[in-house]
Amino acid sequence: MKIKVFSTVLVATALTAQITSADTLRLLTWGGYAPEEVIAKFEEETGHTVEVTTSNNEEMIAKLRATNGGGFDLAQPSQDRITSAQEEFGIYKPIDMSKVNADQFIPSMLMATATNTTYEGEIYGLPHVWGTSGLVVNTAEAGDVTDYTDLCDGSVAGKVSYRLKRPTLIGFAYSMGLDPFAAYGDTDKYQEILDQVEAKLTECKANVKTYWDGGDEIKNLLRSGEVVASMAWDTGGWQLNADNPDITFVAPESGALGWIDTFVLPARGRADDAAYDWINFVMRPDIAAMITNTAGNFTAAVGGDEGVSADLKARYQGSFDQAAVDNIKWYPPVPAGLETLEGATLDRINAAK
Amino acid sequence: MTTDGSKLGFYLLLAPILLWLVVLIILPHLGLFWVSISEKIGPREFQTGFGNYVTFFEEPLYWRTFARTAIMSILATALTLIFGFPIAYYIAKLTRGRTKTTLFLMCMIPFWVSELVRTFGWMILLRETGVFSNLLQYLGLVSGPVEFLYNDAAIMVGLVYTSILFMVVPLVTTLDSLDDSLIEAGYDLGGNSLSILREIVIPHAMPGIVSGCIVVFMLSLGNYLTPILLGGKDSLWFTGMIYTQFITRFNWELGSALGFLLLALSSGVVFLGLKLSRQSLADTMGRA
Repeated sequence: MKIKVFSTVLVATALTAQITSADTLRLLTWGGYAPEEVIAKFEEETGHTVEVTTSNNEEMIAKLRATNGGGFDLAQPSQDRITSAQEEFGIYKPIDMSKVNADQFIPSMLMATATNTTYEGEIYGLPHVWGTSGLVVNTAEAGDVTDYTDLCDGSVAGKVSYRLKRPTLIGFAYSMGLDPFAAYGDTDKYQEILDQVEAKLTECKANVKTYWDGGDEIKNLLRSGEVVASMAWDTGGWQLNADNPDITFVAPESGALGWIDTFVLPARGRADDAAYDWINFVMRPDIAAMITNTAGNFTAAVGGDEGVSADLKARYQGSFDQAAVDNIKWYPPVPAGLETLEGATLDRINAAK
Repeated sequence: MTTDGSKLGFYLLLAPILLWLVVLIILPHLGLFWVSISEKIGPREFQTGFGNYVTFFEEPLYWRTFARTAIMSILATALTLIFGFPIAYYIAKLTRGRTKTTLFLMCMIPFWVSELVRTFGWMILLRETGVFSNLLQYLGLVSGPVEFLYNDAAIMVGLVYTSILFMVVPLVTTLDSLDDSLIEAGYDLGGNSLSILREIVIPHAMPGIVSGCIVVFMLSLGNYLTPILLGGKDSLWFTGMIYTQFITRFNWELGSALGFLLLALSSGVVFLGLKLSRQSLADTMGRA
């Protein structure tokens, strides 16, 4: 009997040992967050293998919802979209802080993300990459565009592009002197803001060439000169700046919108240890710098900006002076149900003639 | 014993198609229907009801998009028939042997690449800095760049191009089976090209026309890539709306309801088309 129990335990430990020593980490992330050389280095050091799927916020949630949080071991949605998704669909599991090397994170960002991703007393998210959306402008042809509402100006008619997604609604609301984040908790007030933004964006539609969908699409439109002013991510502007010095990212007068992409553990992920290994690995300053150099955005890693190329630092400083940094509007967590209102507004703008 | 054996054989042969129907068609639809009749009343709280279908009829946006998609698809089908018929007639009746095979192959070659690549091809041709715009400027016909992309005409071009093969193939098959002597007899009896086309060719080709139209209509109605990529900011298409509900709005309930309404719409239009052309589905599918 004893021998039987012993052998069972032995087999069980052997199996667990095997699982922990070499896992496949199925990573659901954004393009550029898991560069080839980082993966190669990680696989060499830990023995795990990494399978990367690139996606965006909505698709990450939709994918995990379809499988009740299975199919992936680590995902990277933005910090404002975690608690509502957890409340509605229960697709994540809490982070075990004892397995995370917290010293590698910039304390203020770790704190802010932990606060924003706490649901029913448990922390669900750790900060990774942060950046902003604002304006990417061809300054030679549309130097007057300094705020979101300037995209509706007659001087850039037919040469404007933005996404038909929630950041556009938020950005325009701020630019119109409204405060959407303050109205997050008050559905009626938020609907009022949405109605005003809807009227503005419907009126503005004639100015728009097309609504862009993916990062490559907008870069292509700007590079060819078909679009001269757009609402887009900062990295896109800096990448284009390397090819064409006229095009750059401009922090809007009403404030750039700041996002933080996080690490979360899907509820039915199978390789948690590999996931923690990955988190601790990519937050090392040298690896964080490698990611910044490919993704173009800075990370929440302590000392992660030291190894970043001088060009990128110069472009960042060119777009953001201290006042612009202070003016960044960081996304607070989106309450569940708010996105339904925004969805209806976006549908109506899309259908308007 | 022999009857048992043949019965077993019958069921074994039936098994793959049954499996396919039940597992891949019927079960997902039942699941989808179940989702479509659950109304959301709070986080993780649902009740059964037809609220999602009611939303569709109450919100003009949805049924307008629905109508627009149907009308544009019917128009695309008609245009595909108009362009496809002469091509099919030429291949089936006016060519022989190798020429015929070559022409048929040339119709198929564009379909060896994926739909996405073909659509991007059109984008390269039509965009403001694209081939057509540059050509017109080079010829001096226009003074500045012209944007051909991002309008309904671009969607129509894309739809017709994407589906023309599915019109040509059944038409060639039915026209092939038309005996040339019937056309000659028509001329002998004093008919002209137009009356022969109307009295002999079209009635004979009717099953091919109808089956081609059904396939093209279904493909256009269910197309997602072409309207979204070529239509730009005005590219409202019902499938795009379903995608949005599922992926960006996390509203599977409404998305499923819209999916069922699309199924009902396409079935309804096909049924109506069969009634108007006085064809039966069995006849059409059997002969084409």
